[in-house]
Amino acid sequence: MESFQVIDNCLMVKLPEEVDHYQAGYICREADRYLLRDDVCNVVFDFEETSFMDSSGIGIIMGRYKKIACLGGKVYAINAGKQVRRILELSGMNRLVEVL
Amino acid sequence: MKNEMELSFDAVSSNEGLARVAVAAFVTCLNPTLEELADVKTAVSEAVTNAIIHGYGNTFGYSRHGEVRPACGEYHQGKVRLVCRLEHGVLEVMVEDRGKGIEDVEKAMEPLFTTRPELDRSGMGFAFMEAFMDDLEVESEPGVGTVVRMKKKLTSGGWIAEEG
Repeated sequence: MESFQVIDNCLMVKLPEEVDHYQAGYICREADRYLLRDDVCNVVFDFEETSFMDSSGIGIIMGRYKKIACLGGKVYAINAGKQVRRILELSGMNRLVEVL
Repeated sequence: MKNEMELSFDAVSSNEGLARVAVAAFVTCLNPTLEELADVKTAVSEAVTNAIIHGYGNTFGYSRHGEVRPACGEYHQGKVRLVCRLEHGVLEVMVEDRGKGIEDVEKAMEPLFTTRPELDRSGMGFAFMEAFMDDLEVESEPGVGTVVRMKKKLTSGGWIAEEG
């Protein structure tokens, strides 16, 4: 299950097992709520439980990046498995997002 | 050695997972590598998502009790047809919709181009289909629908049934 948590000035987003368009809408809306409400400048996407992601996941990351990059915030991707890593690299996301 | 399957389902976002899993199950008899399986699933997911949200304009899915979630989204009735064929170790996938069609296919296939930026779409769908499959063909007519045909050679080969 996806979950959201604010630690200091970081929003931690734990992504679900499968990140597709069906899941993406809720994640985007919820993440934006935290970004507006709390004093958050960095976003960390945790892919620990994610075994599948398609371009909808890139949309989630890109959208959040646009919202916080202009304020000097950074986006991180952690615990990305092989499939997720390939998608991030293929889309060039690894140049905007720090993949740890 | 060939096998074929056909699946038709409602054009709602919650069925993307169904399409992916169906195709993955269909190719398991070829004993594909995990990477090949991930490639096929991603490409199918992209094509089916396109049909649902662009072809039919449905951005939401059915919830557990069958109602459209959320209720405010306008729902356009329609089916997505998925046909898979396996022959000589080559998987052919066809995803067909009778939605609104694509005006300019070439433009639609450009990376980062999207007609629905408000949905946080990345515009990478066709680029991923191209990258993960060996061959991609898109046929579309505005007002009639779109057909996406993709092919991929599954290198591992050898039917499990044959080996056993």
